[in-house]
Amino acid sequence: MRNIEALNNPFGDAKVISNCSIFGMMDRTGRRFSGRDISRAIANMHDRGNGLGGGLAVYGIYPEFADHYALHIMFTSAQGRKATEAILAANFQISRDEDLPTQPTAEIVNPPLVLRYFVKPTHSRLEGLSEDDFVVRKVMEINTSVEDSFVFSSGKNMGVFKGVGFPEQIAHYFCLEDYEGYLWTAHGRFPTNSQAWWGGAHPFSLLDWTVVHNGEISSYGINRRYLEMFGYHCTMHTDTEVITYAVDLLMRKQGLPVEIFADIVSAKLWTDIDRMDPESRQLRSALRQVYGSMLLNGPFSVIIAHEGEMIGLTDRVRLRPMVAAAAGPMLFLSSEEAAIRLVSPEVDRIWVPQGGEPVVGRLECTSEAPKSDQPLAA
Amino acid sequence: MALACFKLPEFLVERDYDKCINCRVCERQCGWEVHSYDEEVDKMFADTEKCVGCQRCAVMCPTGALVISPHPGRYREHGNWTQEHLRDAIRQSETGGVVLAGSGNDKDYPVYWDKLLLNASQVTNPSIDPLREPMELRTYLGAKPESIEVRDGKLVSQLPPQVQVETPILFSALSYGAISFQAQEALARAAAELGILYNTGEGGLHHDLYRYRGNTIVQVASGRFGVDPDYLNAARIVEIKIGQGAKPGIGGHLPGEKVVGEVSVTRMIPAGTDAISPAPQHDIYSIEDLSMLIYALKEATNYQKPVSVKIAAVHNVAAIATGMVRAGADIIALDGFRGGTGAAPKIIRDNVGIPIEFALAAVDTRLRQEGIRNRASIIAGGGFRNSADVIKAIALGADAVYIGTAALVAMGCTLCQKCYTGICNWGITTQNPYLAKRLNPEIATERLVNLVTGWSHEIKEMLGGLGVNSIESLRGNRLHLRGIGLTHGELETLGVRMVGQ
Repeated sequence: MRNIEALNNPFGDAKVISNCSIFGMMDRTGRRFSGRDISRAIANMHDRGNGLGGGLAVYGIYPEFADHYALHIMFTSAQGRKATEAILAANFQISRDEDLPTQPTAEIVNPPLVLRYFVKPTHSRLEGLSEDDFVVRKVMEINTSVEDSFVFSSGKNMGVFKGVGFPEQIAHYFCLEDYEGYLWTAHGRFPTNSQAWWGGAHPFSLLDWTVVHNGEISSYGINRRYLEMFGYHCTMHTDTEVITYAVDLLMRKQGLPVEIFADIVSAKLWTDIDRMDPESRQLRSALRQVYGSMLLNGPFSVIIAHEGEMIGLTDRVRLRPMVAAAAGPMLFLSSEEAAIRLVSPEVDRIWVPQGGEPVVGRLECTSEAPKSDQPLAA
Repeated sequence: MALACFKLPEFLVERDYDKCINCRVCERQCGWEVHSYDEEVDKMFADTEKCVGCQRCAVMCPTGALVISPHPGRYREHGNWTQEHLRDAIRQSETGGVVLAGSGNDKDYPVYWDKLLLNASQVTNPSIDPLREPMELRTYLGAKPESIEVRDGKLVSQLPPQVQVETPILFSALSYGAISFQAQEALARAAAELGILYNTGEGGLHHDLYRYRGNTIVQVASGRFGVDPDYLNAARIVEIKIGQGAKPGIGGHLPGEKVVGEVSVTRMIPAGTDAISPAPQHDIYSIEDLSMLIYALKEATNYQKPVSVKIAAVHNVAAIATGMVRAGADIIALDGFRGGTGAAPKIIRDNVGIPIEFALAAVDTRLRQEGIRNRASIIAGGGFRNSADVIKAIALGADAVYIGTAALVAMGCTLCQKCYTGICNWGITTQNPYLAKRLNPEIATERLVNLVTGWSHEIKEMLGGLGVNSIESLRGNRLHLRGIGLTHGELETLGVRMVGQ
């Protein structure tokens, strides 16, 4: 088994600590727009990062291959590429493979090769798994067993671009002004360690789910052990990885709606639960009893995205910043208000969500944050 | 014919005659009849040989005239043959009997709690001040499903019974018979006041304590004393006692002299008969038998109460616990080798079983490896001395802890270890009305409430320092522990990194 930890966690820390800036923007009508604005917005929060990790996720960029899994894979050696491509060839029909276009960027040094592959699983290889689960398994196989390879993203009609550098530099390097999508998220990283690895930058992704995250989760140890019970292997030693797997387990596999997910990871206080009507109390109590180990305790703000949906969430007592704004069909989420004002000086509404209260943007509908004094409807 | 006594006394009773006022308090307080008054010379005397070192007379003496200390007269020092080895061998050569002991293992084995250190937040995340911010210790005991179903914002799934406690500290099993009614009443009242649970032990439930049913764990042990449908249904949790940390593999024996009056009624056995708890439960010779008893108890309580199974921490505890969960136990109670007892053969107490730290870590790890940790809560017991021990146990994986000895200390116990004699100058482990009535249940309740409240405050402070505001975020979170002075193997079994890593 390949030791991914040595790459992402060179000092063998119990956990890799980093804090950050995050930004997300979405056109809820599905209109696609370029990566220019989000680069400006995240650059406006330059000082929240330290140049040791930046990245963006974008949805709706590959409409011509919308039914293919788009694999963004980075390679640091020719052997790694050869081994990974052997796995791909054995398990997938590859409709197209190509280098990700890049342009020289002064601050980006020694970049790895990053390719994209548009693939469909070979049906005879599924062995009873769903296509999604099959892709997850193969991504894990590449990430944990093949040297010098790492899958940035593996969803349909979406992609993750990330690396070591400030996020605006990464956006420039990968020519993101040339792409169009209806939903973008971005991340600027401030890890406490000075060694950084391209695979360790955000967004972290599994299938089309991506997570950008700012925080330091003190419950990490038990969150991780709980997920391990369900077969997740946490190789990156980061909070973000744990959040991503939590999303995968609770929302994708167990099918819980986002409001319930929020009530699990940013659980309501018992003093609030005790005052609810019997039905709500019963539900919230059960969530805490059953999923107590999945409570993400400690400061975080996070933007979770997948096809057609962007979710902003902070920890239960809101120890990390998050500002939300709506301007016509656009929904913005940001660590700082200034970044929103930069790209959209006029907004219809701008607000600071309560701790643990999800802000949800969905395609073709306008379900914003429920009012904080109302119980959430699942 | 009794053989001559060759024993040196263990304790020295020194009286400052300048201070002594011949009030005879010491004489009345000592159930061991150490002190006596000689009218002819108008002077108090002490029979040092009878003293057990409980300090009752010293603290009750109004003039501070008494000092009780280890007796300076000692056998010749010997690295191998300690004073205790000599004394025990001499006693056994006189009686041919088994040396008995009360309380828990008092030997100098490593205490692993003292080799584990907690974390705190600095810079990258804020610590939380529990005096100003919410800090949650509420805990639910019982089996949890892997997932739940929610439809239209409503809970569809039916959860197995969950028992709520406001802090994860419970009073361990202390049976009526082994302890006085006053002591058990204090435990029940304190549990009710604290929103926690006390455990009846295997001596049945006195009718006057049924009013505390909301805070009661009832035990079903090998003697089945006092077990009937009312007893089972009076509880929040029914606990099957397989073993006890102080005497793994050993049963119990309450001598007929102690089975008097209410004890006999509560245990549902004739007065004056010995109450014998066999070593095994004679309907449980294997795991499938345990399953049958678990489900018999669930049937008897209409599946409304979690069933706990308590075992002593022994070598293969992880495999046993896994079997218990698969047999249907909702709660695993683990009792480490430092757990207390009313009476046990001293050789067993001091040599059988393993520390709770390792048993707990091994069981939590194994249940997770098997993917069934959610199917049972873990209660750890056996030697918790302060709130740091408790919070470290939570971090290793316990849902809650049982405290027995600490509760007795709160009520006055000074660990003289003579619980098996029926004489307790503190009124705790005695059925002698003259001694028992000196334990005022009201005051003992207050002291118990104070102890658990104080520990809970300390736990909140430590949790806040770690940067979490809810106990479940520390449960099983071993990353907040570091080991100091431990071998690689010990660290691995405990699942913690060493300090500095």
